[in-house]
Amino acid sequence: MQYLFRADNISKSYTGHKALSNVSIKVPAGSIFGLLGPNGAGKTTLIRIINQIIAPDEGNLFFGQEKLKPEHVHRIGYLPEERGLYKKMKVGEQAMYLAQLKGVPAHQSKKMLKEWFEKFDLIPWWHKKVEELSKGMAQKVQFIITILHKPELLIFDEPFSGFDPINVNLLKQEILKLRDEGATIIFSTHNMGSVEELCDHIALINKSEKILDGNVRNIKKEYSTNIFQLELASLKRPVEQMLDHRFELIRSTPHNGLLTARVKIVRDADSNELLKQVLPGAHVVSFSEMTPSMNDIFIKTVTGKFPQESREYEISESANDYLAE
Amino acid sequence: MNKISVIIKREYLSRVRKRSFIVMTILGPILLAALMIGPALLAIMGDSDYEVAIVDDTQIFYDAFSDTRNLKYTHLQTDIDSGLELMRNGKFDAVLHIPEVAFQAPSSLRLFSLKSVNFNAKSHMESVLKNEFESLKLTIAGIDPEVLMAIETRIIINAVRLEKDGMERTDYPEVSMGLGFVSGFLIYLFIFLFGSQVLRGVLEEKTNRIVEIIISSVKPFQLMMGKIVGVGLVGLTQFLIWVVLTFAIVGGVRAAFPDTFKFTPAEQVYVTSAQSLNAEELQKQMETVQMQNTTAGQIMEGLASINFPVMILSFLFFFIGGYLLYAALFAAIGSAVDSEADTQQFMLPVTIPLIFSIVIAQMVIQNPSSSMAFWFSIIPLTSPIVMMIRIPFGVPYLDLALSAGLLILGFIFTTWLAGKIYRTGILMYGKKTNYSELWKWIRYR
Repeated sequence: MQYLFRADNISKSYTGHKALSNVSIKVPAGSIFGLLGPNGAGKTTLIRIINQIIAPDEGNLFFGQEKLKPEHVHRIGYLPEERGLYKKMKVGEQAMYLAQLKGVPAHQSKKMLKEWFEKFDLIPWWHKKVEELSKGMAQKVQFIITILHKPELLIFDEPFSGFDPINVNLLKQEILKLRDEGATIIFSTHNMGSVEELCDHIALINKSEKILDGNVRNIKKEYSTNIFQLELASLKRPVEQMLDHRFELIRSTPHNGLLTARVKIVRDADSNELLKQVLPGAHVVSFSEMTPSMNDIFIKTVTGKFPQESREYEISESANDYLAE
Repeated sequence: MNKISVIIKREYLSRVRKRSFIVMTILGPILLAALMIGPALLAIMGDSDYEVAIVDDTQIFYDAFSDTRNLKYTHLQTDIDSGLELMRNGKFDAVLHIPEVAFQAPSSLRLFSLKSVNFNAKSHMESVLKNEFESLKLTIAGIDPEVLMAIETRIIINAVRLEKDGMERTDYPEVSMGLGFVSGFLIYLFIFLFGSQVLRGVLEEKTNRIVEIIISSVKPFQLMMGKIVGVGLVGLTQFLIWVVLTFAIVGGVRAAFPDTFKFTPAEQVYVTSAQSLNAEELQKQMETVQMQNTTAGQIMEGLASINFPVMILSFLFFFIGGYLLYAALFAAIGSAVDSEADTQQFMLPVTIPLIFSIVIAQMVIQNPSSSMAFWFSIIPLTSPIVMMIRIPFGVPYLDLALSAGLLILGFIFTTWLAGKIYRTGILMYGKKTNYSELWKWIRYR
């Protein structure tokens, strides 16, 4: 696989406190890479190191094949978690100023900005001061500034914090579009929900160490529980009697005339075998694997066990979608 | 680098375009000009004639009083009661009564008036009578007043300094004092005004949360230097406009009312000190201005004795150097705190040397070559102000070079220090910073 960005054995400590210890990440080109972890785990430190805002104590960074160097900032777009604009400065002027700092000449940036402003309905605000903008609009401006210079690597630190749901959606669409156009995206968040929707790869950081990384689908498979949920109607006999020793009924609850059963595959068998055993005895209304959510995996890796509550009720959305078709 | 110039441009333009800058730039010279013209203007307004009637019971002093520009004396040959009656009718503003016993008992002199007494008129009469009484007493004692006049001598010692090369140079301490203090004070003012603008600018970037966006494109040091230089240029612009506008206004008013504004010595110092940027001008002015008395002449000579190229060059150098040194520290403070209210604890150590320089200015002026003056004009934190006070008195070039060199080193040091604090400070939110924290930041890689 081709990697656009690589960080090898990065360590950084502040007096009396280790912010990162031996963290390595590889960001495949053209993918969305999720950098996950609870608050204070060291995500922002790593991101600032990638942006060359602070220097690591140890470790190497590579952009493509080259060692990371100051000129690379022109090829990186960064939307920090703590973000704002000059309140007293006019919107258009400010966007052009920040674009110029990223190396886009003024005459060029104006044309590009007008296009983006058009797209986000911001044209009437070009000559207004930033303090007159609503929060959502200011964030749109910040987003435009981040991506204007067409960076190969985009870094979003908690991009959705403070956005309203409509703008979150808009932002997600734009991020996916940027990926499809070839950009590589690093996406830092503690909100696991957005990870499953957007990320292709993840790295999980906890207490300054990387504790998990890889392709999202592979990770999910690795953490699969082998528990399946069935909704059954017109039962001819109890579920226990349909299953042989390779299966174990964990729970069955009647609900709205249907029986919801959870079955775990304990010895080598697969979902097809399970269905074969159940089909003669009942009408199968729905069938799905109970895949753990990223949130569960996160909590499992951090604490060592799945959270009881969420496992009871969460069913992988993709499995539901599959069955609905 | 190109990016620094982009930052400087923004810092400069965003400030120069502000309404407050434009207002200050226009208002400043008007205020300054008013300060310079004001006294003369007030004098004309208070110029209505003051009429004094003199009732002299002794009949000796009638000839002593002669009219001045706005004091008119009338000699009444009546008694005091009718004199007072005339005043009540509005013929006079005041009545001076010299009773028979006045010569023996001067405290019996009375000046009557309906409103409060004009102070200038009163002191004029007092001095006239004092002279008359004294010469009368001399005559009585048998001394010829003319002999006394011949004895009276005015003493002015010309201070001459022998230069190393054997040249003689006359010193004019009064001129040097004025010039030194004014330029030292201007530097003090400039550092304070624009240093705190740097502080506020850094704080603004931090509280607006824009700083991280910017430093993902440029180095924190570039951002800091861009701001310091940008604000400094704003200061220079404002200063230049002030000087030009002030003298344009003053010059204009003088040209419009040439008679009203006769040069008085005090004003001369001020005007010539700024106008005599070229020596020819100075020469011309010296010739045209009437030498009203020896003091005025001395001041002119004094000004001519000042080494203006050195004076102006070092003013610019210490003006800019002092600003850069302090602006870096102000930037560091701005980066270390979250709000303007938190700046106090860090402001104190930075402003103390500044205020101290102004406090010791008086002592430096009195003895510009004392060892105290020497040391504080060498130490970079106080040198911009103290050295500027010393320069008009003449400073050895070695001292000047040492002070300038140390100021450059000091500026490099504070900038380096500030850069260290700045790059960590601007990313710290919500945490109260103290000195041990700052020390940690300085030690980070």
